[in-house]
Amino acid sequence: MADVAIERGGGHGADHPETTTGLSHTKLAMWVFLGSECMLFGALITTYVLYRGRSVAPPYPADIFDIPYTSVSSFVLLASSLTMVLALSAAQQRDEGRMRLWLLTTALLGMTFVGGQVYEFTAFYHEGLKLSTNLFGTTFYVLTGFHGVHVTVGVLMLLSLFGMSFADRLPEDPSFPIEMVGLYWHFVDIVWIVIFTVVYLIPTPSPGGPGGP
Amino acid sequence: MALEERVEPVDIPVSAGAHGAGHPSPKEYVRIGVILFVLTALEITASYTHVSGSILIPTLFVLAIVKFALVVLWFMHLKFDDRRFARFFVMGLAGASILYLIVLISFRVFLR
Repeated sequence: MADVAIERGGGHGADHPETTTGLSHTKLAMWVFLGSECMLFGALITTYVLYRGRSVAPPYPADIFDIPYTSVSSFVLLASSLTMVLALSAAQQRDEGRMRLWLLTTALLGMTFVGGQVYEFTAFYHEGLKLSTNLFGTTFYVLTGFHGVHVTVGVLMLLSLFGMSFADRLPEDPSFPIEMVGLYWHFVDIVWIVIFTVVYLIPTPSPGGPGGP
Repeated sequence: MALEERVEPVDIPVSAGAHGAGHPSPKEYVRIGVILFVLTALEITASYTHVSGSILIPTLFVLAIVKFALVVLWFMHLKFDDRRFARFFVMGLAGASILYLIVLISFRVFLR
């Protein structure tokens, strides 16, 4: 068998990995993963759109959606994307203090978003929308729930990076692992951009009532 | 002929894009962040206007696509990184978009 050395140094930016492509395979794998995630969320969004306005039992979207509340959540997630790139920028400048500050801020904003989603789900449940109430309930909870799980995973990764920075377990140039977590975090943000438009902002026709906000 | 052939590792330089060289400055990131906030505010305002769906829905989609592109190009650095990274992401994105568009057209979603 040919013994070809691929990606010595673990693919960290600081180590200048030598790979068959000349690219970091870790980063390439992350982009391939994100491309495959498009298929997953595409399926969930398409299912929501397919069954949009097909529910025969209330509550309907127009009855329970609180657009101002969800708008605040959207601003929170957008702000977290900004703080994430600021953390990366600080890491590239080897400014450890600012890097930690922005990482923690991003994690806190992510937790705020997830907390908001838990509150929203609880409020909808008390208004009678359960997973099996109607087609809207099923498709809405599955789509936004999957997204919420992704945000939670992102928060755990951010907190891990934050903790590792104190335990001195990040590489000398920490920008590479932060960039990888950042790619995942921004992906979660762009998925929400689509969900916010398709699920919340586009009016859904409901029997016997005006659709949308 | 021996099947076991030893190949010496080749030192291939990693392209600059793979390391994050040439990424925007924090000021540029903040500028993009402000644009994203403004576009989101426009989206929300548009959803409250009483215009017909034939105008509202395309407007919301255009705003969402611009926001999506801004995050992917600037925050995810696809504009600055090696184009091969973009190819893998676009493959997944375009594949998903085409596949699910065909599904939606098959179920006549756009004719409802």
